[in-house]
Amino acid sequence: MKKTFAGLALGSLMALSGALQAADYVIDKEGQHASINFKISHLGYSFVYGRFNDFSGNFSWDADKPESSAVNVSINTDSVDSNHAERDKHLRSDDFLNVAEHPTATFESTGVEMTGDDTANVTGNLTLNGVTKPVVLDAKFIGEGDDPWGGYRAGFSGTTTLTLKDFDISRDLGPAAQDVELIITVEGVRQ
Amino acid sequence: MSLRNTAQRYGLISVVLHWLMALGVIGLFSLGLWMTDLGYYSPYYTSAPFWHKSIGLVLAVLLVLRLVWRLANPKPDPLAGHRGWEISLSALVHLLLYLLLGIIVLSGYLISTAKGQGISLFGWLEVPALVTNLPDQADRAGAVHYWLAVSVIGLAALHALGALKHHLLDRDDTLRRMLGMRLKQGKES
Repeated sequence: MKKTFAGLALGSLMALSGALQAADYVIDKEGQHASINFKISHLGYSFVYGRFNDFSGNFSWDADKPESSAVNVSINTDSVDSNHAERDKHLRSDDFLNVAEHPTATFESTGVEMTGDDTANVTGNLTLNGVTKPVVLDAKFIGEGDDPWGGYRAGFSGTTTLTLKDFDISRDLGPAAQDVELIITVEGVRQ
Repeated sequence: MSLRNTAQRYGLISVVLHWLMALGVIGLFSLGLWMTDLGYYSPYYTSAPFWHKSIGLVLAVLLVLRLVWRLANPKPDPLAGHRGWEISLSALVHLLLYLLLGIIVLSGYLISTAKGQGISLFGWLEVPALVTNLPDQADRAGAVHYWLAVSVIGLAALHALGALKHHLLDRDDTLRRMLGMRLKQGKES
C-alpha cells in the first residue's frame, strides 16, 4: 500500500514536472540579438575576429532544472564574415570551410553539467567542414525575464576552442594560429 | 613606321600597346596562378596580390586606350594571301580577346571590392569600390575571373599559332607588321 502510494506520488510528481517542462526558446536571429563569432591569432601578434551572419537555432531552458537544458544551432557557413572580401572568399574555399561541399555547420547539445550558480559545461556534437566532434561549451547564463514588447527572453554566452586540424582544416596559418576560439552569445524568445 | 596605323601596317602606338598587353596578360596569368597557391608564411603572400592588382589596373587602362586607338585608326588591310576563313577566324579571336580581357579585369575588380574595400594602385592611389555586396559577389566574380583567364590564354595561344603559321609557313608579312619589321612586299602592296 505504501509502495503504491509512493509510486502514485512519484507518478504525479513526474506528471507535474512534465507540466513544468523546460520552456522552448527560439534564438532571436531576426532581431539580431544573437551572434556567433570567432577569434584567431594573427601570427601571435594580435587577433582576427570574424562572425557567421546567418544561423538559426533553439534551446530549452528551465532555471530550476538547468541540467535538462538543450540547444541546437545550425550555421550557414557561407555567411562567414571577417570584413575582408578576399579573406572571406578564401575562408569559404576548400582551404578552410569548404562551403560548397559543407554549407552547414551544426551544434547539438548532448548534456549540461552545472559548474556554478550560472555557469555550465554544455557538451555536444559540433559538425564543421563535414567532421563531427564532441566539444564542450563553457557556458554562462546571463539573464531571463519579460521583454518590453510582450515576450519572454533568456540569454546565454559560451566559448570553446577548436583545433583547426581536428576539423580537417589543413591550411597552416602558423604556430600561433592552430586553434580558433568560438564566442557565442544568444538570446532566445520563449515560444 | 608612323605612330598611326596605315592600310599596310600597324603604327608604333598599336605595336607597343599590343606587346605591352601580351606581356601583361601572360605575366598576370602566371602571377595569378602562382600567388593563389602560396603558403601563408611565403614572403610574397601579401606583395604578389598587390602587384597582380596594380598591374591588372594598368592592363585595364591599356585595354581602354587600345580600343580607343583601334577605333581612331584604320585597320591594316588583310594581306593578299589571307584566305576568307583566316580573316573571319582572326576577327573572331580578336573580338573575343578584347571582350574576355574586359570581363576579366572587371571581374578581378569585383572580387577585391566585394565588401567595399578599394584597390591600391602601386600604393599611389586607391581605386574605390563601386559595386559591392551583390549575392556571392566575390565567389562568382572569382570563378569568372579564373575560367575566362584560362580561356584567354587558350585564345592567345591560338592567336600566336596563327601568327607563327603566317610567318613560318606562309612566309608573309602578318607578324612582321605587328613587330615593326621591314615588310617583304614593300610599299606597293
